[in-house]
Amino acid sequence: MPIDWIWGLIGGLMIGSAAALFLLLNGRVMGASGLLGGVVDGSQTGSARTNSVIFLVGLIGAPALWHVSQGAPDTHLTSNVAVLIISGFCVGIGTRIANGCTSGHGVCGISRLSPRGIVATVVYLLAGAFTVALARHALGLI
Amino acid sequence: MRAIVSLTAGALFGMGLLISGMTDTRKVQGWLDILGHWDPTLAFVLGGAIVPMALAWRIAGKRRHAILGGPLSDPATSKITPKLAIGSALFGVGWGLSGLCPGPAMASLSYGGWQGLVFFVAMMAAMMAQPRVTAAIAGAR
Repeated sequence: MPIDWIWGLIGGLMIGSAAALFLLLNGRVMGASGLLGGVVDGSQTGSARTNSVIFLVGLIGAPALWHVSQGAPDTHLTSNVAVLIISGFCVGIGTRIANGCTSGHGVCGISRLSPRGIVATVVYLLAGAFTVALARHALGLI
Repeated sequence: MRAIVSLTAGALFGMGLLISGMTDTRKVQGWLDILGHWDPTLAFVLGGAIVPMALAWRIAGKRRHAILGGPLSDPATSKITPKLAIGSALFGVGWGLSGLCPGPAMASLSYGGWQGLVFFVAMMAAMMAQPRVTAAIAGAR
């Protein structure tokens, strides 16, 4: 739809404001994979870990409240179990090896012109585009 | 107070992902699908997110401590390592396959159905296994 980009821009400003709050007030980089990964692999401890958990509660909880009051937005997620598992595994391991994902390297990295953030973003965008081209157009898998 | 900030930032991040359409995998895969019906929405999301964050980094650069006290994160390392490239490539493959990355996977957990749950469990399992996998590869060399 033609107005989708406006919602994209508004949502983007909200994401950036969330990252700005987290950095300036709490002093931390808002990266989804780092916050979740640090909690599940035990590399975060003490108050850092507590605050990551609270952040994740907000991240999951706020859209859940929206879902309850306004109905479920459509995710159009594939029902191919093998694709879901392989995809989840690649995202989980890749973001931890690279130390960041779309929020950490993309939003927080590019905005400070970090060479690491820019390189990571270019690599995962190219890999993603290549994967969609191959899996969708060549193999008809997704 | 830190807890309130963490909760607010998490909630704002989650609602931003929902409103922007980034929990709709069709839009994300549409952005990556340069050979098909290309969807530019993600560029507006990323562009919109970078503006407030660029301002925040400028303010952060003039400060020594976070406003609520404690150190202000300053990722000083700028080394481009093989790990950065290999990890990002793996992440990109997974992202393209399903259209989900870690933020939207969590934001849509309540409405992503069993499919979203399967992805989330696989992603968490991989995150838990990663330190051992990396150590094993390093040890084998």
